[in-house]
Amino acid sequence: MSRVVQALRIGVNRGILEIKQFNRAREAVVFTIAFPVILLFIFGSIFDDEIAPSVTFSQYFVAGMIASGLVNSGFQNLAITIPMERDSGALKRLRGTPMPISSYFIGKSIQVAYSMSLQIVLLLFFGSLFFGLEIPEFGSKWLAFAWIVLLGSLSATVLGIAFSSVPKSGRAASAVVSPIVIILQFFSGVFFVFSQLPGWMQQFAAIFPLKWLTQGMRYVFLPDSFATQEVAGEFELGKIAMILTLWTIVGTLIAIKTFKWMRR
Amino acid sequence: MPPAKNVIQVKGLRKSYGSLTAVDSLDLTIEEGEIFALLGPNGAGKTTTVEILEGYRSRDSGEVSVLGFDPATRGDVANAWRDRIGIVLQDSADGADLTVEESISHFSKYYSRRRDLDQLIEAVGLDDKRKYRVHTLSGGQRRRLDVALGLVGTPELLFLDEPTTGFDPQARRAFWDLIKTLKEDGTTILLTTHYLDEAEALADRVGVITEGKLIEVATPATLGGREQALAMVSWRDKSGVLREESAVDPTSILRRLLNEFDGEIPALSVKRPTLEEIYLRMIGQSR
Repeated sequence: MSRVVQALRIGVNRGILEIKQFNRAREAVVFTIAFPVILLFIFGSIFDDEIAPSVTFSQYFVAGMIASGLVNSGFQNLAITIPMERDSGALKRLRGTPMPISSYFIGKSIQVAYSMSLQIVLLLFFGSLFFGLEIPEFGSKWLAFAWIVLLGSLSATVLGIAFSSVPKSGRAASAVVSPIVIILQFFSGVFFVFSQLPGWMQQFAAIFPLKWLTQGMRYVFLPDSFATQEVAGEFELGKIAMILTLWTIVGTLIAIKTFKWMRR
Repeated sequence: MPPAKNVIQVKGLRKSYGSLTAVDSLDLTIEEGEIFALLGPNGAGKTTTVEILEGYRSRDSGEVSVLGFDPATRGDVANAWRDRIGIVLQDSADGADLTVEESISHFSKYYSRRRDLDQLIEAVGLDDKRKYRVHTLSGGQRRRLDVALGLVGTPELLFLDEPTTGFDPQARRAFWDLIKTLKEDGTTILLTTHYLDEAEALADRVGVITEGKLIEVATPATLGGREQALAMVSWRDKSGVLREESAVDPTSILRRLLNEFDGEIPALSVKRPTLEEIYLRMIGQSR
């Protein structure tokens, strides 16, 4: 069996195992899957005024939450669980076996794809049922949705792996990672309308992927006429693709360079 | 019998962390099929040495060969080497939400020479626990699972790091029996332990490491001149006082006592220093 096939086969096995463990850790399931839905209900119910012709804040918010979902299940999830696995000795044990290193990351990506899909399906379901989210007709918007989800989850996954060497311990990880995500959500047009944020906040958010993900999701789920409400006066799909790709490359390089299998 | 091959060969191994020298010109040879126990106080360089041999840590200098392979090598060849070794680490707490069976069966997928799942679970005594989640296991059961995960690929060389910490005496005996059967199968074992009785029960040879140096390698019976050490004879004399006498040849004392007493010699005991006493003396001297 060729090495690539072997690494893939073990990677898929690891993915199945990761999903099994994820499903059994009930707090994690609730935190990553149900929390965004709860937020959707809170924010969607409080702020339901129209922010543009035929666009309510609830719709705007659902688009932002779907974008956040990618960051939650990729970045936040991995940047917290990998330090915990380092603390528990799981990573050290794996490093002492002949498991191909790539298989570990394939397994993680599968788990991220799984929890991300669950989250998106739930948000789409409740968003369209209660908050006027319109699922676009099959066509170019679906194509855009597909590549935004793909690039978004790729960048979030590699950045989560890259960031996993920052927290000093598994216990500290959540305290280090969660505020970063929450602040980015405030700055990137999830909880507030992006174009109404102060200029410095917009510029700061524009460095990171989440702002571009929310913008892309607004292209997918809001009417085309909303483009005029964007800061640039358009949805800037090309720029979104470029910035997400750039972050994926940077994240991959950092992840390869800094990944640690053992606690010090 | 063909000459024994060296499974582990270390020459002039050095490793420092900043200004602290953890391992200092260490030489070590472990032969095929033997159980070698590495003893030493915490911070003596034991863990660093073993982690270098396991491929977890880099070294500053020296030659290291484990199964004919340099553990510092990276990449696919290193994975082929890891296929032939088994590592049982200290205090792992991973995979808590998986069952015993799921863990072992998953890890077996990494290896080319897989042990039979049922036999392995039975050998480590987890038969009745195979469908249980790992977090429900007791400390000793958890440790036996660790051993099963180290053995799942039928390793030629097994690293055992403090395997019986927290075991009750009965569990420890059962564990020793398991290790002895591995030896019968020809597995070479490098054991680190704080329990001297464990080293004595299992090891063919023991090595004592202090301040980064291997100060002696011997069989448990001869370490630190143990077989020539003074034996202590104690008994109660006719006036009821407890007496003690030390001698290189305790038999001569016994002969004298046999003449002195007609029947039973009250409270008689002949004691040689335990491995632990010898060991404590050795590491005390080197400080």
